[in-house]
Amino acid sequence: MEFLTYFADVFTVPAMLLLVGGTVGGLILGATPGLSPTMAVALLIPFTFQLEAVHGLILLGAAYTSTVAGGAVSAILLKIPGAPANIATTLDGHEMARRGQGARALQLAFLASLVGGLIGVALLIFLTPVLAEWALAFGPSQLFWLAILGVTIIGSLGTSSVVKGLLSGSIGLWLATVGFDDILGVQRFVFHSSLSGGISIVPALIGLFAIPQVIAMFAEGRRRSSIEAISVEKHPLSRAVRELLSKLRAVAIGTVSGSIIGLIPGIGGQIAGLVAYDQARKVSPDREKFGTGHSEGIIAAESANNAMVGPSLVPLLTLSIPGSPTAAVLLGGLLIHGIFPGTDLFDNHPDVAWPFINSMLIGQILMCVFGLYVASLAARVALVPKSVMAPIVLGLAVFGSYSVQHSMGDVYVMAALGTMMYFLERFGFSAAPLVLGLILGPIAESSFIQGSLIAEATVGPFAYFFGGALNILLVAIVVTSVGYSLYAELRSRRAARDAS
Amino acid sequence: MKHILAGLVIAMAALVGTVQADEYPERPIMLMVSYGAGGATDFQARIVTMTAGNEDALGVPIAIINKPGAGGRVGWNWFATEADADGYTLAAYNIPHFIAQSIKGGVEYSKDSFEPIANWGADPAVFIVGTESPFNSMADVIAWAEANPGKLTFSGAGLFVGHHIAALQIEKAAGVTMQYVPTKGGGAAAMKAVIAGDVMAGINNLSDAYRAREAGNVKILAVADIQRNEEFLPDVPTMMEEGLDVDNSSVNFRGIMVPKGTPDAIIEKLAAIVPGMFMNSRVLGKMAAGGSPVHVMNREEVLAMWEERDAYLRELLKDL
Repeated sequence: MEFLTYFADVFTVPAMLLLVGGTVGGLILGATPGLSPTMAVALLIPFTFQLEAVHGLILLGAAYTSTVAGGAVSAILLKIPGAPANIATTLDGHEMARRGQGARALQLAFLASLVGGLIGVALLIFLTPVLAEWALAFGPSQLFWLAILGVTIIGSLGTSSVVKGLLSGSIGLWLATVGFDDILGVQRFVFHSSLSGGISIVPALIGLFAIPQVIAMFAEGRRRSSIEAISVEKHPLSRAVRELLSKLRAVAIGTVSGSIIGLIPGIGGQIAGLVAYDQARKVSPDREKFGTGHSEGIIAAESANNAMVGPSLVPLLTLSIPGSPTAAVLLGGLLIHGIFPGTDLFDNHPDVAWPFINSMLIGQILMCVFGLYVASLAARVALVPKSVMAPIVLGLAVFGSYSVQHSMGDVYVMAALGTMMYFLERFGFSAAPLVLGLILGPIAESSFIQGSLIAEATVGPFAYFFGGALNILLVAIVVTSVGYSLYAELRSRRAARDAS
Repeated sequence: MKHILAGLVIAMAALVGTVQADEYPERPIMLMVSYGAGGATDFQARIVTMTAGNEDALGVPIAIINKPGAGGRVGWNWFATEADADGYTLAAYNIPHFIAQSIKGGVEYSKDSFEPIANWGADPAVFIVGTESPFNSMADVIAWAEANPGKLTFSGAGLFVGHHIAALQIEKAAGVTMQYVPTKGGGAAAMKAVIAGDVMAGINNLSDAYRAREAGNVKILAVADIQRNEEFLPDVPTMMEEGLDVDNSSVNFRGIMVPKGTPDAIIEKLAAIVPGMFMNSRVLGKMAAGGSPVHVMNREEVLAMWEERDAYLRELLKDL
């Protein structure tokens, strides 16, 4: 309970001002398409040069916490995931917003984020040494199987047909190979200079999710004067709280899978939301309602991506290995103040480490409070005609893609992928599996190459990739996951045949 | 008449050039880092440029932008082909990375595509093993590798980067073959592979290895440099002391450059100011706190170093 004694350091005037500032700023940055949590934290690092170590870290901790949750705002209202972490939130969140219940979706998202986030940080506080061992258990072979497991989830994400889901996923895996191969440095599928850097995740995300609906809005706007792209009616907070409490299963699945995946170096938070969403759907009795604006989908996704925040810092704080891009930026923020994370961090610098972690606890609460306030504001601003909404979303999409690397090439990639997705969606394909393929492709590929190199020198490929309890467990889950998808597909086809 | 006109035009151009240099810089400057936010190069670039806005430095701030990908190739390709040569677009260089990549081919730059301004840091590669490893010296490692050809796995941050150069040099010096396992995502992933026991050993940055050793996670067997690092690792021998003919060719030099074609007057002005900016006491304090070795070199010294590395790496890499 040592951490309790350091709460006093957080409840000082400058620390609280930084916490509030970091949280509000983080929510705004997180809600801005293209500004991922990693970039938001990187932008804040220079400010911490001027601060004391403990204050600098409080600012960074608050910003990290709230940018992840802030991404839900654009995911729900605009269907633009602020970062990969928020992809799953769009699936049901935006559908709910389109039904005029944006306030409800936002309230559920922030409440679920709060629960997941608090539990995630609590894990960081109490179980760090145990969790560090678990994080190290994932070598190249385990990461490879984990990526393959993600690929098997692809089939069931956001589309009714497993085949179409797998096809979208394959397109994503192929797109991931464009550009320089990260390990060997060989160029692949580079037909235009904009592609030489490969397809970055954030412009792809923005293009695949935002552009199809922009085109759709323009198309509909021409036909009739439709207003209310997303209307938000008032929704009492108490009802959202009651709803959350009635969906404890989704909260639990989201929090548990988010914490576990957040811990694994290299995979990080990018897929926590999607995995949790998929698991929650598989065990839910209302699984048909997922994707139509179902509250369990939002709750699982958002509790997962905030639960990931605490555990994602375990490898950094104990082993000095940043497990995610954001953790790498935080490492820079620690180093600049002469603080070396490692096993003895809590012995040598308890006065910095504990307030930092405590600030993330308080930050979760502030994030939820301000997030709910944003939800109530959104009720007023969101009554916008489609003819106005479409150019706004398009502007944000261009701005967000450009700002990642200050590159017009990314804007072209965003526009091209978005246009492609518009037509693919008309044929029943979905953006979520495509993005998942794009994220997992490089992880699967580099883990496989590294694993093969190690296997070649040691025990041979079969023993390396199939040896050990964790590998076997992961392979078993992969097989089950594929088997379940096939079973579900066959069952729904038979049902369709029987009905006709 | 024609000649006089041409002469006038040249004179005018020269005049405009000097006027530009006098006024330069009049707006903020961009510094492209070809690695992701949070990496060692990015982190150090942010520190060494933080006093750019001071009156005794450039008087305007330097903003960092990241163009990561493919071990730096993406950013440097962009810098060589698309960046404006107007003095407002700078980039961080990593030696031997970009020279080794240009020799290997497939990129649109070589050392002649860029003009160095000044060097700020030199991070030597070190050879590390996990704390539980039976290896306690380079001799142990080489003896095992000789008995088990091609079976000793060791990690490093990618191909044709400093770590890979050090790996090639060690294999060549000892006459053994070992299995180099390149990771992506910089030194952090290579370090994780060593600590977790995915590989038997690894090559990593001195600064990161120093911190990992402080945390009790690794043993450092040797440093690939011509002298010991007295500041951080006075007890770690050099490769030469360990009987391996490995020099400082893998040392990761970091500094600032501009694209070829930038006006000479602007290059000279930057070359005169920037080394002093790196020596600012606040910069030095932050660099020391982060365990980042500082090594300031002026433009002439960097030009000579680039030439020397280019010649050496052509020789080392010609059989690959």
